[in-house]
Amino acid sequence: MLTDILDRHRRDGTRLMQILREAQEALGWLSPATITAIASGIGWPRAKVEGTASFYSFFHTRPMGEYRVLWSDNITDRMLGNLDLMQAMCQKLWLEPGRVSEDGLVSVDTTSCTGMCDQGPAVLVNYRAIPRMTRERVELMVELIRARKPLADWPADWFVIEDNIRRADILLGNRMAPGEALGAALAAGADAMLAEIRTSQLRGRGGAGFATGLKWEACRQARGTAHYVICNADEGEPGTFKDRVLLTRQPDLVFEGMTIAAHIIGARRGYVYLRGEYRYLLESLESVLAARRAAGLLGADILGKGFDFDIEIHLGAGAYVCGEESALIESLEGKRGVPRNRPPYPVTHGFLNQPTVVNNVETFAAAALIAARGGDWYRSFGTPRSAGTKILSVSGDCARPGVYEYPFGVSVRQVLADCGAHDSQAVQISGPSGICIGPDEFDRRIAFEDIPTAGAFMIFDIRRDIFDVVRNFIHFFAHESCGFCTPCRVGTTLLKNLMDKIAAGHGTRYDIDEIYQLNRVLRTAAHCGLGHTAANPLVHTLEKFRPAYERRLKSMEFEPAFDLDAALSEARQMTGRDDAGAHLATDTENAR
Amino acid sequence: MNEQTFNLDGQEIPFAAGQSVMQAALAAGVFVPHLCYHPEFRPHGSCKLCTMKINGRPATSCTTPAAAGMEVESDTPEILDTRRILLQMLLVEGNHFCPSCEKSGHCKLQALGYELGVMSPHFNHFYPDRPVDASHPDVLLDFNRCILCELCIRASAEVDGKNVFALSGRGIKKHLIVNAESGKLGDTDFALTDKAAQVCPVGVILPKHKGFAVPIGQRRFDAEPISAHVEEFKPIAAAAPRAGDKP
Ligand SMILES: Cc1cc2nc3c(=O)[nH]c(=O)nc-3n(C[C@H](O)[C@H](O)[C@H](O)COP(=O)(O)O)c2cc1C
Ligand code: SF4
Ligand code: SF4
Ligand code: FES
Repeated sequence: MLTDILDRHRRDGTRLMQILREAQEALGWLSPATITAIASGIGWPRAKVEGTASFYSFFHTRPMGEYRVLWSDNITDRMLGNLDLMQAMCQKLWLEPGRVSEDGLVSVDTTSCTGMCDQGPAVLVNYRAIPRMTRERVELMVELIRARKPLADWPADWFVIEDNIRRADILLGNRMAPGEALGAALAAGADAMLAEIRTSQLRGRGGAGFATGLKWEACRQARGTAHYVICNADEGEPGTFKDRVLLTRQPDLVFEGMTIAAHIIGARRGYVYLRGEYRYLLESLESVLAARRAAGLLGADILGKGFDFDIEIHLGAGAYVCGEESALIESLEGKRGVPRNRPPYPVTHGFLNQPTVVNNVETFAAAALIAARGGDWYRSFGTPRSAGTKILSVSGDCARPGVYEYPFGVSVRQVLADCGAHDSQAVQISGPSGICIGPDEFDRRIAFEDIPTAGAFMIFDIRRDIFDVVRNFIHFFAHESCGFCTPCRVGTTLLKNLMDKIAAGHGTRYDIDEIYQLNRVLRTAAHCGLGHTAANPLVHTLEKFRPAYERRLKSMEFEPAFDLDAALSEARQMTGRDDAGAHLATDTENAR
Repeated sequence: MNEQTFNLDGQEIPFAAGQSVMQAALAAGVFVPHLCYHPEFRPHGSCKLCTMKINGRPATSCTTPAAAGMEVESDTPEILDTRRILLQMLLVEGNHFCPSCEKSGHCKLQALGYELGVMSPHFNHFYPDRPVDASHPDVLLDFNRCILCELCIRASAEVDGKNVFALSGRGIKKHLIVNAESGKLGDTDFALTDKAAQVCPVGVILPKHKGFAVPIGQRRFDAEPISAHVEEFKPIAAAAPRAGDKP
């Protein structure tokens, strides 16, 4: 079986992620012997294969249950009661979260946001997405698991993912036939097409907002033995799910944008890096690719113009940092998803060290529209400095969560009104690494010149405790730090410990100073955007939502000089104890 | 040939094409704190001890190519403070008990602590559970002190051609592993004569049977601070940053 998998991937180490996933799907887990066999199959050192396998949350180098239930643990899932439901599930299964049942049947745990915030609480069961969990579903699911029913026999409606398109504009409302934009692009030629992209003033939709035309031009000019186009569909920022909807409703537009980019930069190969949480989309996307090949829109001699280009889908395996473009490329090469040193940048030294364009899903879709309708037409939407539209993923406290496409320049207040949000206390824009704003800023606008965003828009009304929101985000960063650089590897855990300490009622003003200090070190010394922004949720809310913290601090003035639990940690170390009974606080997460 | 220079804390530093800011500084005799850098290897950029402010922005000096006219700050209270905190982070992340460590006096982590005036670990210790590997006849691995600089990994792969070491896990759970299904060094082809046995800046990879050969108090960094050893860290020509370098 392993031989088949290895052969199918031509024993090519750069395909290690896909080999590991398929091996795990077939064998249940990646045993030491399996790792050894894969390593010798691809001719890599065994330890390097183990290094990759152990990096990703969805690969298991220890035996796992036949059923693996993972509860999405974004703050929006929390607000919809995921922890109570998970608790209920664990009770019914006589199970502790994170442990495999003694009979090897099942394990239940949490996972980072799965991109179903508009239809939570969501779970992944054996990496298949199931949204809208309820108490009834939990009960039935436990029965199905106990009866060892295969997932294929579970109620089909459980697996239905809603698109929840609440406001469509030029992208989500697109009705062009496949090939229309591509035909226009090939007819115009690469030079003219690049000029259109530049005219459009399109900027990247993945967060950083880099000018797409400049990026493509730099890549086109870079010398190499091959050029590559990569679509970043990792969509890991908690609260973001618009790429999922684009890939469901407009996959042709996205693939067409990639093909147009390939024509401009001179690439023959493209990859979609699809986050593991969206595994369920794989088959439908493959069939769209097949249809495009059959229609002469992909493969050899596209539209009879002598242009060859094909696209392959690679699945990620649960690592937020792989959304960072150079970490994504590492992952695509079969390695640990660690951001590279820059310069050089991917446009000159990307995939396999060759010139590579990496763009967000939405950026490619917009580029295809521009190819068909022209840069001036596109620029007529939005504001003078932010051309076009932006798709927002709206979730949290509102009547109509879902995706909303607006021309740039829409005010936060307008979005709140459209989605039926009342008594809003705060909006977290662009996810945990973005910004948190309060009501006095609701007239601010979604635009590169005011509030730039990758798309997340999470709403918290006045019933919510902002501290819980922030603590959830800080835990997320600590869990997702790749561990490459000292400040983020250690600093995110220090921040997490501080938040847990404050949550347990042991925090003092001194800890608030510590937070600012750690933020400074992360900002100045971290290696990538994850570390740079990891303390953002704290820094943004410490000023604006101060009571949420003060309420929890022992006293703003009093500093206990002696922390008994900390003093006991030495004793715990010597006795080898770290169970709950060896701690004063109930919170064992504190001491690791 | 006209010499190109940049400004480091008020001093003009000459540099050769392809040199990093840090290499140029070391070559000019200016000590730069570092842990993951080694003159015989390409820069890595992970420990962040060498962080400086380059043209007003914080940057890793071991991976930033030197350019003419750069304004570089290194010896400022803010940067020194950042470096101190980074050292404290490393100290609490692992289990470092210097008095009982064979590497005491030869250890760069300890020496930098003295150099930068780190008086205490400041943060609460994590006390990770990292069992020692004594399976090899000649070498002991004490993972408690590993700071994840990856020098042994690079030395084994690039010089020894053996790939004995690698990293496993992610984030704070990241740790060093060896290339054997058993996970034991004794089951690898590692040898005491390997380059990888010589490069560890701290006390992880230790030769057996020769503990405390040089008495504490007479060791490398006991007599003089690490900054006085700047000569030893000067770059050798081949180690300039290379395109597409990867940790
Ligand atoms: C930690 C981190 C995570 C990221 N995640 C994503 C992501 O999920 N999707 C994405 O398109 N860009 C993500 N980015 C930004 C990418 O690095 C890159 O800028 C982007 O894919 C470029 O595409 P664009 O120019 O079309 O925006 C992330 C960046 C960082 C630092
Ligand atoms: S900042 Fe964090 S995620 Fe980025 S390289 Fe450093 S450890 Fe990895
Ligand atoms: S064992 Fe030593 S050389 Fe290897 S990574 Fe750890 S600290 Fe660095
Ligand atoms: S010496 Fe530059 S990051 Fe370690």
